[in-house]
Order: sequence, then structure tokens, then C-alpha cells
Amino acid sequence: MRIDVKLFASAAESAGTRHAVIEMPEGRTVADLQEMLAQVYPSLRPLLPRLVCAVNESYEPPATVLHDGDEVAIIPPVSGGG
Amino acid sequence: MFAVTTDPLDPQALVNAVQSDEDGAVCLFYGVVRNNNLGRRVLYLEYDAYAPMALKVMREIAEDVKRRFPVSAAGALHRTGRLEIGETSLLVAVASPHRAEAFAACHYMVDRIKELVPVWKKEVFEGGEEWIEGNIPDIEAARFDEAAATTEAHEPA
Repeated sequence: MRIDVKLFASAAESAGTRHAVIEMPEGRTVADLQEMLAQVYPSLRPLLPRLVCAVNESYEPPATVLHDGDEVAIIPPVSGGG
Repeated sequence: MFAVTTDPLDPQALVNAVQSDEDGAVCLFYGVVRNNNLGRRVLYLEYDAYAPMALKVMREIAEDVKRRFPVSAAGALHRTGRLEIGETSLLVAVASPHRAEAFAACHYMVDRIKELVPVWKKEVFEGGEEWIEGNIPDIEAARFDEAAATTEAHEPA
């Protein structure tokens, strides 16, 4: 399956990109995707403990199973507002 | 009214959008770029956002506010891109029949926005720059448990 990955803020800067397409076998989870991203972009690994993921614009825990065509956002600690 | 935009924010437009004739109070919060943080002189901020999700989460937070407080309408605008010192990055407005509820609901809404909305600021200060790490979004809190909110709202004060 194909997963569309969007990266933001410190995660985008560490990876050097705001967008990636990851191919992975069916049945894999958010946690599996994070591990795969850390292999593709080793500079992301130190950030992993503080990253959460959103699947199709909703926050999801590491155990959530992904599906072909999902959009997954890599979300560092948020800091909006003033 | 909700927006995530690089354009300057218009407070009057937001107030007009939430206010109705039944309301005796509108509480409007400005989040503003300040010139210092952690003892550093801040030059400007650069905001990044996952705009479609930021909009969705701000709308969900407003619905949560309306379940928890006697509020007729709530709205929020977040600016992104480069913001200079003194510029407004966030506007939140809440309209209610009475002031106590308007203050409380607006305070709650600003806190939730800062905890959950996928927006980030990079601080550019004298001698460097750094992405500010605020809150790790709480996945359960972002599901806005409607039953819990209803129970809480109906508890006697």
C-alpha cells in the first residue's frame, strides 16, 4: 500500500522534506510507518519519542492500522498561539 | 468563523461573526508576538501549520466549548508565515448571554487550541533560531468525549 506522508516544523527540517510517499505491506501500523521513516530519514529518529501522527486529519495512536492511500501527518509538539 | 491564513487577522470580522442579539458578552482573545522568550531577544516568528487539520480541530474545539459552556457561538483565526513583534498570531472570540461564561469559555478554548491544533512557531532570536516545542497533543483529549462533556456541564456548580 501507498502512504502519503506530510512533515511539519522540526520534523520537516530534520528530514529535509515536507512530503514523502512510503510503500509498505498491508496491515502495517502508525508505529511501523514511524520506524520506516526513521530508517529513510535517520535524522528523524531522535524526534520520534515526541512525535504523534494524524491519519487523514485525525490524531491516531501508534497501534492504528493504515490503509492504502492514507495521508499521515508527522506532528511534533504543537506551539500555536501567541 | 474559522481560518488559517497568512493574511493579517481582522478582530472586528470575528466579533461580528460570533455576536448575536441574545448575547450580552463577547470575549475576544489576542495572541500576540512578544519580543522576548527564555531571556532571549526575539526578532520575529515563523509559523508553520497543517492548515486543513488545524481548521478541523479548531472547529471541533468550538463544538466542545458549546457543549461545556452556555455559549451561542465561538470562532478562531490563526495566522501563519512570518510575524513581526506586536503582530497578532491568534484570535479567539466567544459570545454568551453573560460575561462570566464568556470569559471561562474563551479561556478554555484558547487552552485547547494551544494543546491540540497542529500549528508550530519557529523563534528567530539574536544569535539563532529554534522550533518551539509546546504540547504533545493528547490523542484521547482530541477525541472530545461528548458523554464526559455533557456530564460535566450538567453537574451542579
